[in-house]
Amino acid sequence: MTTIHFQSPSGEVTTLKGVVGQSIMELATSNGVSAIEADCGGACACATCHVIVDQSWTERLPAPGVMERDMLDFVAEPTSTSRLSCQLHITDDHDGLLLHLPSKQS
Amino acid sequence: MAIVILGAGQAGLQIATSVRQKGYTGKVVLIGDEPHPPYQRPPLSKAFLKGTTDAASLIFRPAEALAAQGIDLILGQKARRIDLIAKTVEINDGTVSYEKLALALGARPRQLAVPGADLEGVYSLRGLADGQKLMSALTSANNVVIVGGGFIGLEVAATAVAAGKVVTVLEAGPRVMARAVAPQISTWFDKMHRDMGTRIVTSAVIAWIDGTDHVKTVTLGDGEVIAADLVLVGIGAVPNTEIAAEAGLECPNGVLVDAVGRTADSDIFAAGDCAFHPNRFAGSYVRLESVQNAIDQSKTVAAAMLDETASYDAVPWFWSDQGQAKLQTTGLPFAAERHVVRGDPEAGKFTVFHLKSGRVIAADSVNSPSDHMCARRMVAGGIPVIPEVLADPATDLKTLAMQRTA
Repeated sequence: MTTIHFQSPSGEVTTLKGVVGQSIMELATSNGVSAIEADCGGACACATCHVIVDQSWTERLPAPGVMERDMLDFVAEPTSTSRLSCQLHITDDHDGLLLHLPSKQS
Repeated sequence: MAIVILGAGQAGLQIATSVRQKGYTGKVVLIGDEPHPPYQRPPLSKAFLKGTTDAASLIFRPAEALAAQGIDLILGQKARRIDLIAKTVEINDGTVSYEKLALALGARPRQLAVPGADLEGVYSLRGLADGQKLMSALTSANNVVIVGGGFIGLEVAATAVAAGKVVTVLEAGPRVMARAVAPQISTWFDKMHRDMGTRIVTSAVIAWIDGTDHVKTVTLGDGEVIAADLVLVGIGAVPNTEIAAEAGLECPNGVLVDAVGRTADSDIFAAGDCAFHPNRFAGSYVRLESVQNAIDQSKTVAAAMLDETASYDAVPWFWSDQGQAKLQTTGLPFAAERHVVRGDPEAGKFTVFHLKSGRVIAADSVNSPSDHMCARRMVAGGIPVIPEVLADPATDLKTLAMQRTA
């Protein structure tokens, strides 16, 4: 199991344990993290599963693909470390990953 | 007070979670006729069929997580009757009282009305059980005939042909996906599927399906006989309105609702595939079968059930993954006066904009998510465009799309 932390804009942290291979989006939605809406269910089609990777983690994640980069331009509050959580799949290296949740998805 | 929701699909679940998110503390009862907790349907014709995602990962949220939110899940129960006066719903195992009732009844596959359509080996695809049957049948099938060149048919065709099957798509219309996308998009996907090895027959008339107990052949109106050990019928869906109609609610093409999703009975609402609703993007009443509509309309209905008055006004969008191609559409392509192509169809990356009165009313994007997201804003904002500017690769679409919403 890999521990992932989700921090809300108000500072509240939700800590979940994910399975290797699972997407961060699946981990969040199946555990009721409502800030991750994920309307399309992980098809990289809606840009409503936005997360902001903590600066300390940015270099440890693979770079976003072309489709994801295009969609990221359209999230509600884009930042330089924004990602779509449906495109982030959990590996052993992600233990302790800190993600910030945006205040809104669209 | 109790909010009761009939239908535990995408729309039903959204209504339940939205009323909770809005702070409603009364009872919430979500009733579904399938045995599974609410799950995602779109992957059934895509990742699930390919085997890259399993049934468990289609479930939105485990039943325990719903229980923790105070959502009472009643599964495997068919709603039999609504009593508008007593404000009750009869289900298999008893009667449930409501103060507000939401109908998220969904739709079911349209049946093919030809002799032999009831043979073993003829499938449709709507629910998880259908998906499991189709998947297992596909493993042993060699000759696959798909009736209907719409989204489901073409998504399944791409998976089947990639798995080495002999695949024929029979489309009654002059082109694939004719009701939903621009002609240029149909042409592009037609070629893509043919290049993958699928045979597509347009303007196809099916005379009958043959076989003794299991399907063997499909005979066309022109006499051609096509070998088939698996037939998938994907010719659209019909709304599940019977229970509403029997209760006396008007159901012209789906359950008739107003701008907030309310029926003529002020305590009954409808959302999702089954709801016939006024839609400004259609310029009329319409029934939309999409995840977007299920989610956004359900949010409106959840608010209306708690006496908020915001009208449903979300821009329609949709996606379809076929082979390696991602099709994303937005708006409703009714009554377009002209089409403008942006990008390069040859390179497999382009968008067709549907224009009416100088505005974008819809857009279909192939492998161009950025165009799609811009188009959503253009459709929502009713932004005036000049066709030549729209088609010009030098035009920054994002700037154009943001002009009203910035």
